[in-house]
Amino acid sequence: MHKFIMQWRTRFIVSLVVIFSFGIVAKYGNIERIWEGIETPIVSTDAAVKAGFIYVGPVADGGWTYEHDQGRLAVEKAYGDKVTTVFVENVAEGPDAERVIGQMANDGADIIFTTSFGFMNPTIKSAKQFPNVKFEHATGYKKADNVATYSSRFYEGRHVLGLIAGKMTKTNTIGYIASFPIPEVVRGINAAYLAAKSVNPNVKFKVIWVSSWFDPGKEADAATALIDQGADILMQHTDSSAPMQIAEKKGMYAFGQASNMAAAGPTAQLTAIIDNWSPYYLERVGALIKGSWASSDTWGGFDTGMVELAPYGKAVPADVRQLADNAKKAIIEGRLHPFTGPINKQDGTSWLKAGETADDGTLLGMGFYVEGIEGSLPSAN
Amino acid sequence: MDMILLSAIVHAILVASTPLVFAGLGALIQERAGVLNLGIEGLMIVGALAGFVVALSGQPLIVSVLAAAMAGALLASLFGFLVLRCLANPIASGLALTLFGLGLSALAGAQYVGQSAPQVAVWHIPLLSNIPFVGKAFFSHDPLVYGSILAATVVWWFLMRSRPGLVLRAVGENHDSAHALGFSVRGIRFLAILAGGGLAGIGGAYLTLIQTPLFVEGMTAGRGWIALALVVFASWRPFRVIAGAYLFGCVTIVQLHSQAFGVSIPSQILSMLPYLATILVLVFISWRSKGKGSVGPSSLGKTFKISH
Repeated sequence: MHKFIMQWRTRFIVSLVVIFSFGIVAKYGNIERIWEGIETPIVSTDAAVKAGFIYVGPVADGGWTYEHDQGRLAVEKAYGDKVTTVFVENVAEGPDAERVIGQMANDGADIIFTTSFGFMNPTIKSAKQFPNVKFEHATGYKKADNVATYSSRFYEGRHVLGLIAGKMTKTNTIGYIASFPIPEVVRGINAAYLAAKSVNPNVKFKVIWVSSWFDPGKEADAATALIDQGADILMQHTDSSAPMQIAEKKGMYAFGQASNMAAAGPTAQLTAIIDNWSPYYLERVGALIKGSWASSDTWGGFDTGMVELAPYGKAVPADVRQLADNAKKAIIEGRLHPFTGPINKQDGTSWLKAGETADDGTLLGMGFYVEGIEGSLPSAN
Repeated sequence: MDMILLSAIVHAILVASTPLVFAGLGALIQERAGVLNLGIEGLMIVGALAGFVVALSGQPLIVSVLAAAMAGALLASLFGFLVLRCLANPIASGLALTLFGLGLSALAGAQYVGQSAPQVAVWHIPLLSNIPFVGKAFFSHDPLVYGSILAATVVWWFLMRSRPGLVLRAVGENHDSAHALGFSVRGIRFLAILAGGGLAGIGGAYLTLIQTPLFVEGMTAGRGWIALALVVFASWRPFRVIAGAYLFGCVTIVQLHSQAFGVSIPSQILSMLPYLATILVLVFISWRSKGKGSVGPSSLGKTFKISH
C-alpha cells in the first residue's frame, strides 16, 4: 500500500513538472520579450516614457501585427532614450487581454496601445482601473478620458485597388477573400467594387467569406476556388500571404494586404495596401512626452500617411499607374471621396443621391452591399 | 456547371484532404495500439516547419518529407517517454505536446516567415492524365497525394493482414493479455507512437510544402484535432480515414465554391458543416453499435502498468 502511494505521488509530481515546463517553454517567446523590455530601461532615467503594445497575432505574421510593430520600432528610433517600449504578442481577445494589459500598467507603462478590435472592452475596463495610464485602442468606437481610438481609412486604398483591378481584369471577374462581415471589411468590398465598376461596367465580384483572420490553408483553398471560377485578380481581407502565393503559382494577379507581400508574389503582386502606423504612434507618444496628450478619435487616410501603397508590380501598365496615382492624389486633396453618389444599396433602394458623399457615421457602421454585388452579405451576428 | 470547373473542384478537394489523411492515419495507428495522443496538432506543425526548412535549403521533396517525418517522430518519442516510461497522464501529456509543438515551431520558425518553398512538380500519370475530367481531377497531382493513398494501403495491410499488425491490435485491445503472452507492450506502443508521429509530421509538411508553400506560426489551424475526430469517424479503419478526410475536404471546398457562386447561405453555417458532419457520424456510429459495446480499441488511453 505504502509503495503504491509513493508511486502514485512520484508519477503525479513528474506529470506536473513536465506539464509546467512544457507550458513555460511554449510561452517562452513572450516571457523573454517582456523581460527584455523591462530590463532594457536600466540605462534610462525614470523620466523616460514607457509605451506598451498589445498584439493579437505574432510579430512575424507579415501583415497586421508586423506593421504595428514597425510603428513601435519607429517610436524607439525617433525618441531614443526618452522612451522605452514593451510588447506582448499573441494576446487572445477577451479576459486574457485584460490580465495582460493590467500587468503592463502595473509594470509602469505610461501609454498602452491595444491593437485589435477585440481588445475594446478589456481596454475600457483597464482604463477605469488605471486612470493615470493613457490607452490607445485601434479600430474600436469606445472612448474615455484616458482612452483614445484610432484607425485608418483603408477604403481609400481599396478604391485605388478597385481601379487597377477593373482596368486589368481580362475575365471581368475579381475574386475577393473576406474574413468576417464587420463594417471594416464590408466597406472595403464596396469601395473596391464601386471603383472597379467605374472603369469597367462589366466587372463582377465573387466574394468568399472564410470566417477567419488567419488560416493560410483555408485562404489558399478559397483563392484556388475563386481562380477555378474564373477570377484572374484576387483581393484579400485576411492576414496571410497564402492567396498571393496561389496567384503567383497559377499565373494570376493579386493585391497584398496590410503589408508589402511582394516576396510571396514577385510577379503576382500588382500593389498592396500598407498599414503605416508610424506617423500616428510618433505623434501620440510625442504628445505624451510633451504633456499634451488628450483623448481623441483619429481616422487617418492617404493624407496622414497611415495608408500607403506598395510599389506597383511590373504587370501594371503606365496608363493604369497614372489612373491610380491621380485617384490617390485626388483623395489626398479632398477632390474625390470613394463613396460619392449616386449609389444604391444592393436591394435597389437609394443610399446616396448624385454628388452626395457618405458621412463617417454610416461608413463606420456599414452593414450592406452596394448595388451590383452578387450574393448576400452574411449576418455579422 | 461545366466539366472543367467540376474537375478543378475535385482536384482541390483531394489537395485539401491530403494533410488530414496523413495525420488521421498517424492518429489511427497509435490508437489501434491503445495510445490516445492528443498532441497530433503539435506534431503536425513541427513536421510542417522541419519539412519547410529542409525544402528551403534546396533539398528534393523526398528529403523534406523524410525530415518532417523524423521531426514528428522525434517529438512523439518525447510523448512516448512520458506516457510509457514515466506513466504520465496521456491526456495531459498530449495536450502539453500540442502546446509545446505550437510554441516550439513559432519560436524556431520566426526567422523563416515570409519565405516561399520551391514549387513541387506535378506528376501527370501517363495516359490516365489525358482522360478528360478524370485526368485533371485524379491523375494530375503532386506526389504526396498518391503517397497518402499508398500510406493508407500500407497501414491497412500492416494492421489487418500482417502478424506484427495483429500484435499491435492485441496490445490496443487488451494490454494485460498481450503482456501475459510475452509481448512487449511498451515497446510496441513506442513504435506505434513513432510511426504515428512521423505520419502526422508528413501531414503537416503537406501544408508548408504544397498547399501553401509558406510557414507561419499556428498554420495548422486545428487540423490535428480534425484528424483525431476523423479516426473516430472512421471507426478505427484505415480506408474509412481516407473516405472521411475526403468527405471533410469536400464540404470545405464545396462551401467555398457555393459562396463564389453567390449561393446565399450564411458563411458561418457553411463553415460549421464539416464539424456538423463529424458529430452526425459519431451519433450514427454509437447508435449503430448499441448493445455491441465500444467500437474502439478496448485499452485505448489506459495506462499500462507492469505488475510484478
